Amino acid sequence: MAGVDQSKIRNFCIIAHIDHGKSTLADRIIEKTGLLTEREMQSQVLDNMDLERERGITIKSQAVRIVYQAKDGEEYIFNLIDTPGHVDFNYEVSRSLAACDGAILVVDAAQGIEAQTLANVYLALDHDLDVFPVINKIDLPSAEPDRVKNEIEDVIGIEAQDAPLISAKMGLNIEEVLEKIVEKIPAPAGDAQAPLQALIFDSVYDSYKGVIVFCRIKEGSVKKGTKIRMMATGAVEEVVEVGYFGAGQFLPCDELSAGMVGYITASIKNVKDTRVGDTITDDENPCAEPLPGYKKVNPMVYCGVYPADGSKYQDLRDALDKLQLNDASLQFEPETSVALGFGFRCGFLGLLHLEIIQERLEREYNLDLVTTAPGVVYKVHKTNGEMMDLTNPSNLPDPSEIEYMEEPMVKAEIMVTTDFIGPIMDLCQERRGQYQGMEYMETTRALLKYHLPLNEIIYDFFDALKSRSRGYASFDYEMLGYERSDLVKLDILVNKEEVDALSFIVFEGSAYERGRKMCEKLKEEIPRQLFEIPIQAAIGSKIIARETVKAMRKDVLAKCYGGDISRKRKLLEKQKEGKKRMRQVGNVEIPQKAFMSVLKLDDK
Amino acid sequence: MKKDLGLYLHIPFCIQKCGYCDFLSASGTGEEKEAYVQALEKEIRSYGDFAKGYRVSTVFVGGGTPSCLEAPQTERIFQAVRDTFDIERMPEISMEMNPGTVTPEKLQTYKNCGINRLSMGLQSVRDSNLKLLGRIHTYEAFLESYHLAREAGFQNINVDLISSLPGQTEASWREELETTAELSPEHISVYQLILEEGTPFYEKYAGHPELLPDEETSRAIYEVTAEVLAAYGFRQYEISNYAKEGRECRHNLKYWERGDYLGLGLGAASMVRNIRMSNTGDMKTYLEKCGEPKTMRTDVQFLEEPQQMEEFMFLGLRKTRGISKKEFRRVFGRDIELVYEKALEKLLSNGMLLEKKDRLYLSKEGVLLSNAVLSEFLFD
Repeated sequence: MAGVDQSKIRNFCIIAHIDHGKSTLADRIIEKTGLLTEREMQSQVLDNMDLERERGITIKSQAVRIVYQAKDGEEYIFNLIDTPGHVDFNYEVSRSLAACDGAILVVDAAQGIEAQTLANVYLALDHDLDVFPVINKIDLPSAEPDRVKNEIEDVIGIEAQDAPLISAKMGLNIEEVLEKIVEKIPAPAGDAQAPLQALIFDSVYDSYKGVIVFCRIKEGSVKKGTKIRMMATGAVEEVVEVGYFGAGQFLPCDELSAGMVGYITASIKNVKDTRVGDTITDDENPCAEPLPGYKKVNPMVYCGVYPADGSKYQDLRDALDKLQLNDASLQFEPETSVALGFGFRCGFLGLLHLEIIQERLEREYNLDLVTTAPGVVYKVHKTNGEMMDLTNPSNLPDPSEIEYMEEPMVKAEIMVTTDFIGPIMDLCQERRGQYQGMEYMETTRALLKYHLPLNEIIYDFFDALKSRSRGYASFDYEMLGYERSDLVKLDILVNKEEVDALSFIVFEGSAYERGRKMCEKLKEEIPRQLFEIPIQAAIGSKIIARETVKAMRKDVLAKCYGGDISRKRKLLEKQKEGKKRMRQVGNVEIPQKAFMSVLKLDDK
Repeated sequence: MKKDLGLYLHIPFCIQKCGYCDFLSASGTGEEKEAYVQALEKEIRSYGDFAKGYRVSTVFVGGGTPSCLEAPQTERIFQAVRDTFDIERMPEISMEMNPGTVTPEKLQTYKNCGINRLSMGLQSVRDSNLKLLGRIHTYEAFLESYHLAREAGFQNINVDLISSLPGQTEASWREELETTAELSPEHISVYQLILEEGTPFYEKYAGHPELLPDEETSRAIYEVTAEVLAAYGFRQYEISNYAKEGRECRHNLKYWERGDYLGLGLGAASMVRNIRMSNTGDMKTYLEKCGEPKTMRTDVQFLEEPQQMEEFMFLGLRKTRGISKKEFRRVFGRDIELVYEKALEKLLSNGMLLEKKDRLYLSKEGVLLSNAVLSEFLFD
């Protein structure tokens, strides 16, 4: 790598709304630069987790280094840095962007700009990236490239008339994009002789190499043997290897210098020491200041995670430990529940992050899980002047000790076609949204701005948004801070016994409605048993809703078996097996999925 | 002293398979039946050594339709049984019989063979139901067979009925029961219709529960059965069995009380000295290996103590009189209260189980919910 002309490097990312074709374009770029044969191409090279591929989203930012022979006869090094597309990972997006010098904005020729497109473009512009647009999916019959070009110019305010019109899927006009990268994206600045200053934009744990840090060298250079220091965490290690990213593999090299994107390994055992956003410097010749913008990300959403089979507690702990090695934003600590036994209270960046972790635990570690309703972090101000962060509803102090409570708020932007403004405003209203304004994008679309309590959107807001707009609304949010609010703890009693794992904090004004829906939902989920089971919702000692699961009426097998007892046994065993998937609360068996089904309560 | 033993003999032939039936049976040609009878004789006779340790108190010939064999074939089978096994002086020897296959000659043969109990598959007194079930006989034909049997001197007759048929109501069922009870058989078995996978009934009804009696009707049908039959002098002694005083089926009680029984014939199940096993269900294999039963057994399972305890409970509690705690202690050397502490506490407190002196038995509600109740006695 030594001797690479800095002026021939292009560090960029692709930003797009989900489904607008980011990963497909990345595939095409990699393909066209000829680094891989077609046979080597997995369908989507950058998304190498199964889960990501199935969901069509990219979770962990990754990078790939490719070589492009441009029309000017020169050879260029492209570092394509992939960014997660979801709001949960906003901070990671922001760090990935900070590693780039420019960005390709992909917009769907039929759908135009979406809320997430806007959010990401603004984020890119905030990082002073040069952004050029690409109109994708022009092969679609419904494509309207001219309309979309105008929209980009009107709404975002960047030049779009010469935007390449491409179809990443069909491989149409990809060369044009490659030439634009050379032309529009600036070569990196930075002095290879200055003290080392490198930005960590990602890290992964490898059981052989330890933590592999993904970084962009802003100033100076780093090679094997350099003693590096993480400026925020203070960890100091000696570099074992540096290199760059081949397609799906690590390719060692001698040195990484200013302008380059690559990886560093230094037998670091803990991902927590290599926080995304931190600055790496040379311990012996440190830079004066870290790169701006580092912040520690705190979990926004908490929930209880329990093994369905109590004996798998240790397995769950091991799995969480391993996942945390790769994902410093995942937090967990042990907790116990009367209903669910031993488990962990886990903190996540958002609901998607929660779902991803849960699925990874189930798929990669083969664990059956029961999760409790996710909640946000409330600030409880006590009468004695103390303030506590409440992550588990069970820990809420007695009401007499509470002066007041605060809940986190978000600033949300919802892009919606004008036909659905009404229903979406209704939805925001129901979720206690504070209307902040509306902007018309064109005559048919509008951007709605609301302040919403985070706890109103972590359940099923996204689903509700989609269903009430027939899929046309898109949504993005950022944290706004805390606001005082009238909150109560809602308890659920099954057969007169409180089920701790079902308790949650709710806005007082919504408590009755939520309680009623919870009871209805649980009535559907809890199978009939030998006796009648009342299901009640209560605030303190006051019952606010009730449903009843009627008793089972007949379950008898008057069958002639002859002497074939094994069939009889099988029947009983099947029955018994069904019970094993249940949690015993008092005398009642509650199916594990009941603990999770209460998350989806929107019935419109 | 010789141990007590029951014998079950399986005759896997029917004139026509009924729409609900999932038992091991098929129609057979004359040659096939003959080949089978020869094989069965051979199998019976192969147990000579084993038989020395036992005295047989009950024999049950089931099927299929045992009465579709020719009279001499039945005679040969019983000859083999008598030649091989020591049979007690007052045994219970039952034979299943399909109305429509009965002749005075066959009945006489049965008498001569020592058969003293007939079990007749009536299933329903309504011809429309019989047609639906795919039975080969009418109610009229049943009556004829029943009276023939009485005339031949059979004083212990069971009648099988099937309840919860499509379209059945509590009232229509009550009528069926009364009609049957008025005939005054000694024993009535009532099985509810169960949709077994692979049967035509399953295909027809599994996707259409609305065509079958709903849960409340089905519950009422079950409850009214004991009530109506009691008025005619039948006492319920097991989940699906009702008998006049002293006429309980001794052979079936062996199943619930975990007595030893040996199954002979195709697919027949045995339990001997806490080993459960079945003969092969494959006719070709059976015909080949009938002389050496050891080589054609499937599902051989030695019951460990926990499994024995489970069976003790889930079989014993099917009986109306339930189980004896002392008996449990005598068999297993441990107190039932210690072994089943949680289950007993739960089921006694929610009223599914009742306790009277030494006995534990299902309450009325417990019987109606017996699957859920009995499954509590399986260990984790």
